[in-house]
Amino acid sequence: MAALHFHNVTLGYDRHPAVHHLNGEVAPGALLAVIGPNGAGKSTLLRGIVGILRPLDGSIHLGGLDSRDIAYLPQSAEIDRSFPISVLDFVATGLWRGTGLFGGIGKAAREKILRAIASVGLNGFENRPIGTLSGGQMQRVLFARVLLQDARLIVLDEPFNAIDSKTTADLLALVKHWHGEGRTVLAALHDMEMVRTHFSETLVLARGPVAWGPTAEVLTPENLMVAMRMCEAFDDSAAACSADDARSRAA
Amino acid sequence: MLYDALIGPFTEFEFMRRALAAVIALSLAGAPIGVFLMLRRMSLVGDAMAHAILPGAAVGFLLSGLNLFAMTAGGLIAGFAVAILAGLVARSTGLKEDASLATFYLASLALGVTIVSIKGTNIDLLHVLFGNILAMDDQTLLVVAFNATVTLLVLAVIYRPLVIESVDPLFLRTVSRAGGPAHLAFLALVVINLVNGFQALGTLLAVGLMILPAGIARFWSRDLTVMICIAVVAAAVSGYAGLVLSFQTRVPSGPAIILVASALYTVSVLFGRVGGVVRQLFPGRHLEA
Repeated sequence: MAALHFHNVTLGYDRHPAVHHLNGEVAPGALLAVIGPNGAGKSTLLRGIVGILRPLDGSIHLGGLDSRDIAYLPQSAEIDRSFPISVLDFVATGLWRGTGLFGGIGKAAREKILRAIASVGLNGFENRPIGTLSGGQMQRVLFARVLLQDARLIVLDEPFNAIDSKTTADLLALVKHWHGEGRTVLAALHDMEMVRTHFSETLVLARGPVAWGPTAEVLTPENLMVAMRMCEAFDDSAAACSADDARSRAA
Repeated sequence: MLYDALIGPFTEFEFMRRALAAVIALSLAGAPIGVFLMLRRMSLVGDAMAHAILPGAAVGFLLSGLNLFAMTAGGLIAGFAVAILAGLVARSTGLKEDASLATFYLASLALGVTIVSIKGTNIDLLHVLFGNILAMDDQTLLVVAFNATVTLLVLAVIYRPLVIESVDPLFLRTVSRAGGPAHLAFLALVVINLVNGFQALGTLLAVGLMILPAGIARFWSRDLTVMICIAVVAAAVSGYAGLVLSFQTRVPSGPAIILVASALYTVSVLFGRVGGVVRQLFPGRHLEA
């Protein structure tokens, strides 16, 4: 049973596709890197997976996962950093699935939160307002929350952007730890070196899939060239896509 | 002497006691709502909604004169209609909530003033616009207390999703569907409290006892809970001091309350512990770490 099953998925905005006719499966426990140039549809694909964006066409099956079994770390979180909330409280929201509207946070849950904060290296920051954190520290806080969400599918959208190498190494270790626990992890990334050394499977995306498979086979200069050449086409007067008609004729 | 000035008016006159009770009820419910309005950068939205209540209250006035009960019912209906319509327009289209509200409230303000002036005098219009807290009868007081109670109960229910939605709306959307209902419930609470404030302070000042205390609280604490407590106390103190001021000097009560709140706000801006002007000018020597 696949963790994720894409069936002829087209995702986009205002009828214009950003991800075009994607088919494929992600196995449970996979560690998949999604790479591609800017505008290739990486973020769009991830938004489709977590259910924020409805597919224009086709479908995404979550293989029995509830949308709450997914932890999603968006690229530019719309977080209001000026809101008066402490690191502890903010990370605690990761327990939402267990606590819901009214559930209390008992001693055990508190221990769990403190452990999560400690495991991203932020001991002593518990009572700091989130507005006082640096960019890297905020990213650590967000990882702590993902940790608490205890999700079977973890979706990270360019999690290491504008993060220094020390923080990147720490957070990458967490990602590999999640992989080790058998969770399915998807990450949109730009750093080819990191993908090559740490991610077993790669999807090269350029609106449509360019290549998808074991990283060593997929991450070739030829595939990257193809992806790079992909034009960021957004044609206002584009005709309705005819791929579907062709497919039904073939059938 | 001091007793005569500060407590005497309330032991002596029943209308002062009623006014004080009303203002405390308004503070308890309105100030927390104001804190959320401010933190969600919706202060002006609150103001806009206050105007949106007017046509409903005006229809109530048209049907039954200066009957506070009819005007409250009308205001509630109009306020909910505008809040929900504006909320839906903003959620289902790309239009930002403030823009969509501005459209609705301009129309309703114009409509409201038109309706009142069809039947009423200038004095009536003045009452509708600035309220009259000294004319609280039993029934009105009960309505105000009831609305305040409902507000606190509902706020307790939606508190957690409301906080999360304010900090990180996208996260809430991925873990729960409570965001939308919580947002709409919050808008409903805004309307209820504006109608409440409308009784005492009129459409134009109703939002004052919500936003000014919130602004005051922002300068004294970085913690949400503490902020809400400070806002409630600041609102109640403004209400009490405003009533005393109004009693002693014959300044109209509504404006007196808002003026006291503004004075407290000015003091907070100058001397507040969190980001006050003086604190910023003389921050003291920088720390070691």
